[in-house]
Amino acid sequence: MKGIFRIALKLLMNDKSKFTALLVGITFAVFLMVMMMSMFTGILAKSCAPVYNIGARIWVMDPAVNNTISSIPMPDYVLSTARSIEGVKYAVPLYYGGAQVKLKDGTYQSVTVIGLDDSTLFGRPELVEGRIEDIFAENAFLVVKDAEYAKLESPKVGTEFEINDNRGTIVGLARVASSGLFGVPTLYTTFNRAITYIPSSRFTTSYVLIEPKRESDIPRIQREIAKIGYDALTSEQFVRKISDFYTFKTGMGMNIMLMTAISFIVGLSISGQTFYTFILENIDKFGAMKAIGAKGRELVSMILFQSFFTSLVGYGLGVGAASTFMTLAKLRLPEYAAQTTFAILGFALLMVVVIAGISSYIGVRKVLQIQPFDIFRG
Amino acid sequence: MGESLIRADNLAKWFGEGASRTMAVRDACFEVRHGEMLYIVGPSGSGKTTLLSMVSGILKPNGGNVTVEGRDLWSMGDDELADLRLNKIGFVFQDYHLFPRLTTLENVAIPLILKKVEWDEALRRSMEYLEIVGLKDRANLQPVKLSGGEQQRVAIARAIVGQPDILIFDEPTASLDGDTGRKIVEFVKKRILDENRCIIIVTHDSRIYEYADTILKMEDGKITGVEKNHLHEK
Ligand SMILES: Nc1ncnc2c1ncn2[C@@H]1O[C@H](COP(=O)(O)OP(=O)(O)OP(=O)(O)O)[C@@H](O)[C@H]1O
Ligand SMILES: [Mg+2]
Repeated sequence: MKGIFRIALKLLMNDKSKFTALLVGITFAVFLMVMMMSMFTGILAKSCAPVYNIGARIWVMDPAVNNTISSIPMPDYVLSTARSIEGVKYAVPLYYGGAQVKLKDGTYQSVTVIGLDDSTLFGRPELVEGRIEDIFAENAFLVVKDAEYAKLESPKVGTEFEINDNRGTIVGLARVASSGLFGVPTLYTTFNRAITYIPSSRFTTSYVLIEPKRESDIPRIQREIAKIGYDALTSEQFVRKISDFYTFKTGMGMNIMLMTAISFIVGLSISGQTFYTFILENIDKFGAMKAIGAKGRELVSMILFQSFFTSLVGYGLGVGAASTFMTLAKLRLPEYAAQTTFAILGFALLMVVVIAGISSYIGVRKVLQIQPFDIFRG
Repeated sequence: MGESLIRADNLAKWFGEGASRTMAVRDACFEVRHGEMLYIVGPSGSGKTTLLSMVSGILKPNGGNVTVEGRDLWSMGDDELADLRLNKIGFVFQDYHLFPRLTTLENVAIPLILKKVEWDEALRRSMEYLEIVGLKDRANLQPVKLSGGEQQRVAIARAIVGQPDILIFDEPTASLDGDTGRKIVEFVKKRILDENRCIIIVTHDSRIYEYADTILKMEDGKITGVEKNHLHEK
């Protein structure tokens, strides 16, 4: 068997223009598919960043919330109801909202302000500078040192600023696991300071965060919260809800799906077409091989080998090109949202296998149809 | 000349059905013996290629049968038949059908590769046969770089590299000039035909008739005459 694969490979690779066209087609398709899906995954991951950063097990919110930033304030009784449910270890309020910081030159910069429960500081970030207790000091804010940090003119501990006409002082620099999607800096403070400094409606609680005693308590907690008309979502459910929002309600998911499908079709047509011409060009030789004594399955395995070999090489090149591109992009744009997962690589591989399968199917049919007698007659 | 290597009995082949049915071959009976060079001649469309294909196991007849060394060819399964062609029969096609992307040497090696001979060994043996046909120095060229006569010799090397007992040539000289064609047939007769083998050649080319031991004349699908060349009787 080894010899015929060697022949198969030589037939293909010595035909440099077709081999190149095949590789380019598949590489291009894989590159685009991986890029599209990675960008989408990156955006989704960023849109869910607050859920990961705060790290609560259960989030209670208004059912209309589909995205952390667009929280809808809830009345205080939601918190007290949550605290009274059996199986709740503790429940704390979280403020999550936007504000304006006035920069030295007089321009304004939007920021996200997260107000942590005063008594527990649940959801606090890791500090790289300063002490967490200082968050209780007068006008104290922590700033997250991420890609957006520079937009606040890179404040240090002790820097004073103006936020919604109140004075603020930076008391610490924080680090969080994932950065957000919207490209604005993040400030942390206490819940009470957040609701006094930032004008808000009658209701002030953006989210109630619950830690259950046991995992098995979660369904009961969800049922009880539902009774008062609110949603209690586990962190996974919340992430899914946000992802679904971006995927299905913003047109982004549809666009990405279309682009991925188009990349697939382009790759399939380039490589399918080229492979088909390749087979057609050699069809009389395959027929001659049949006459000489090659069995149908030997010819089939040669063709499968040719098409899968090219496809896998193209896959490798495509994935390589995509990751090079993303690495370079991230060097220039720190907040560049792209994230390649094994699921994406697996999906692209599957698509490539489908391309190889369809291309070789056409070739295999041709080769099985060819009658040595027709070759003989010329 | 030895005993019979191939026997054809009452072979018949037709194409199409009903009104458009053409009888390509009918009632064809003949045999080819060891050491014999047999020609099939006749006008275009008389059924020569069809007959040749049926006796070499690439076209199933509608009637009659073919035996090769006593084995009934057309009662074999596809794989058995492919193995028989691989091991017993060498083909030289009119248009050579060499792979343009392989070297001359690799083209010659194909039957050996199909027989699962190790790559290096296959190339080594193929080189010997290229030497026999006088093309050793062309081993690493692509076939398109060779002249028609040289390509035909490469095709002959490919046909004989597996040491088949039966060599089948369809119009081997049709695309060659008269002199080259004669030389090739002469070469085949002198260097390749021996008492273990037979050669069947289909041709229009009367300039090469002198090399035949037997000439089958075909007309309209029927064998209309058998001529023995008595000069060749040993
Ligand atoms: N696949 C086919 N379908 C229909 N008719 C066919 C087919 N193959 C051969 N024939 C017919 O059978 C007859 C014999 O054909 P064949 O090719 O055997 O002739 P030939 O003697 O080899 O001719 P030539 O000298 O031109 O090669 C012709 O009438 C041809 O048209
Ligand atoms: Mg013919």
